[in-house]
Amino acid sequence: MKNIIIAWRNLWRKPWRTAITSGSIFFGVLFSSVMTSMQYGSYGDMIDNVVKFYSGYAQVFTEEYYDNKSINNSFELTDSVIGIAENNPVITDYAPRLEYFTLASNEENTKGSIIIGIDPHAESKITNPGKWVERGEYLSESDDGVMVAIDLADFLQVDVGDTLTLLSQGYHGVTAAGKYPVRAIIKFPNPQLNKQFIYMGIKNAQEFFGAPNMVTSLVMMVEDHYDLPRAMRLLQKEVKPPFMVMSWAELQPELVQMIEGDRAGGTFMKGILYMIITFGIFGTILMMISERRRELGVMIAIGMQRNRLGAILFFETLFMGLIGVFAGVFASIPFTYYLYRNPIPVTGEVGEMFVQMGLEPQFTFSMHPEVYYFQAITVFIITLFIALFPIYKSYTIKLTRALRA
Amino acid sequence: MNVIEIKDLVKIYNSSEVKVKAVNGITIDFEEGEFTAVVGPSGSGKTTFLNMLGGLDRPTSGSVKIGGTNVWELSSRKLIDFRMNNIGFVFQSYNLIPVLTAGENVEFIMHLQGKPKKEREKRTKELLESVGIGDRIKSRPAKLSGGQQQRVAVARALASKPEFILADEPTANLDSKATSGLLELMSEMNRKHNTTFIFATHDQRVMDKARRIVTIEDGKILKDERFER
Repeated sequence: MKNIIIAWRNLWRKPWRTAITSGSIFFGVLFSSVMTSMQYGSYGDMIDNVVKFYSGYAQVFTEEYYDNKSINNSFELTDSVIGIAENNPVITDYAPRLEYFTLASNEENTKGSIIIGIDPHAESKITNPGKWVERGEYLSESDDGVMVAIDLADFLQVDVGDTLTLLSQGYHGVTAAGKYPVRAIIKFPNPQLNKQFIYMGIKNAQEFFGAPNMVTSLVMMVEDHYDLPRAMRLLQKEVKPPFMVMSWAELQPELVQMIEGDRAGGTFMKGILYMIITFGIFGTILMMISERRRELGVMIAIGMQRNRLGAILFFETLFMGLIGVFAGVFASIPFTYYLYRNPIPVTGEVGEMFVQMGLEPQFTFSMHPEVYYFQAITVFIITLFIALFPIYKSYTIKLTRALRA
Repeated sequence: MNVIEIKDLVKIYNSSEVKVKAVNGITIDFEEGEFTAVVGPSGSGKTTFLNMLGGLDRPTSGSVKIGGTNVWELSSRKLIDFRMNNIGFVFQSYNLIPVLTAGENVEFIMHLQGKPKKEREKRTKELLESVGIGDRIKSRPAKLSGGQQQRVAVARALASKPEFILADEPTANLDSKATSGLLELMSEMNRKHNTTFIFATHDQRVMDKARRIVTIEDGKILKDERFER
């Protein structure tokens, strides 16, 4: 206890120096937390965008469908399949889909497209295609019409109220053909999707492809992407061959790569920040030991064991680090909270780029606990590491030299 | 009765190519209750001698026995404990722990010895009163004069009830009033409690009080004189 009291008092011998060193840690933690908060916020936005745009957080499909996206590899939506999602406490929503290739035509124009058969109500809780409706109305529950992506509609020269002719190969080779009224024209931020997508009610799609009660995937959502690992653990226990389950990260590896690439850049920046902090603390410790060499010598001379002296110096270093870390974390919580509530708007070309990616044109911030505790733990470990130096010095200090210092 | 027995003590410093014999075969005994001044010109080897005597600097050869224990045969850890329990140190620059009060500085060594709190507090109060600064028990060193700090240092040196006290130029930083007060105090401790004091000094006032003066020159004892005072 006495060691800790001495260490604490030693810290305030030169209050300015302690304040400056702790201040450097404070700002390091603050900047690092804000930077991490923005990174996590952006990643969250990107993931949300991908997930809520198309893939959902996880999908169940057959192993054959994963290798070959054919209607013939669809599966029957039985109660046991639905139970996979229903019985998982982390899954908040799920929706079946039946997707396959089709030829869409109107008068003289024909184009290869993708039919996405959806349950309009269930899908609205997942990807909410209704929000992309440019003209017309979102599909109703038993709608026999379709929603056509805008560029495809332009090519085929169809609009709301017109009829679209679809022709494809159905389940196990049956001919799939039909005429469908256009209920809505949809416009995605992504131009590629605008050239391909046709939404129709899942019952309608099953009838069209001659695949009653068949689906190609069951798409699932969780509350937050931080809940996904738990959901996946439970899903992987439940899903048995011939089915398989994949997360958005497995379905969209390019996005994961992009995030990882960005994260590496952030880690590099934080590495530089932490290095500055490290040298700042280390410089103070060196000076502290050098200034107090004689005092340390006296303490050993009058009977203090070197390990005890090392403990005092260790605690001093630790306290200095902890003051900075706690102050930094406590300051960064309200700061990031403000930014979390008030995202920074992005304008100009960058803003347009955000919109094209389907993102809100703003920098969003995350309040996930990891944002704070990761910084705290990192600086704490750095401090612990530096605190080993005074311990080393307490064991190697030359008594007579120290007393002459 | 001999408290300290020193035999053939040698200290050689190897500085680059030159070997310096700082202490060159000193053999001497100190008895309980002595009030001894070790004197000699600068570089004569008296501080090196005192450091080896106090278990602070390892001799090249020879032995130092304190109360029958050859201190340089002890392990580093045991040597620190031995110093704590048997030797009191008073340094030229007082060397109190600045973040502790006068009382805590005195108590600190007893804390290291593992003495109970009540005993520590009682003895600290007694010691500070005996050195004449009982009223400054809660003052930090920076708030004390040089003479007061050195009195705290003496109290600290006595706190562990050592076999003897080594004082290296204890009066060098004090004015004449503080010096005479401090010498009077140490002399009284010596007379009343039979505490053994060994000083390394240049100060004539210390020499005037000493009952034994050992003169060292070139690492050897030149004179060893005793006086009735």
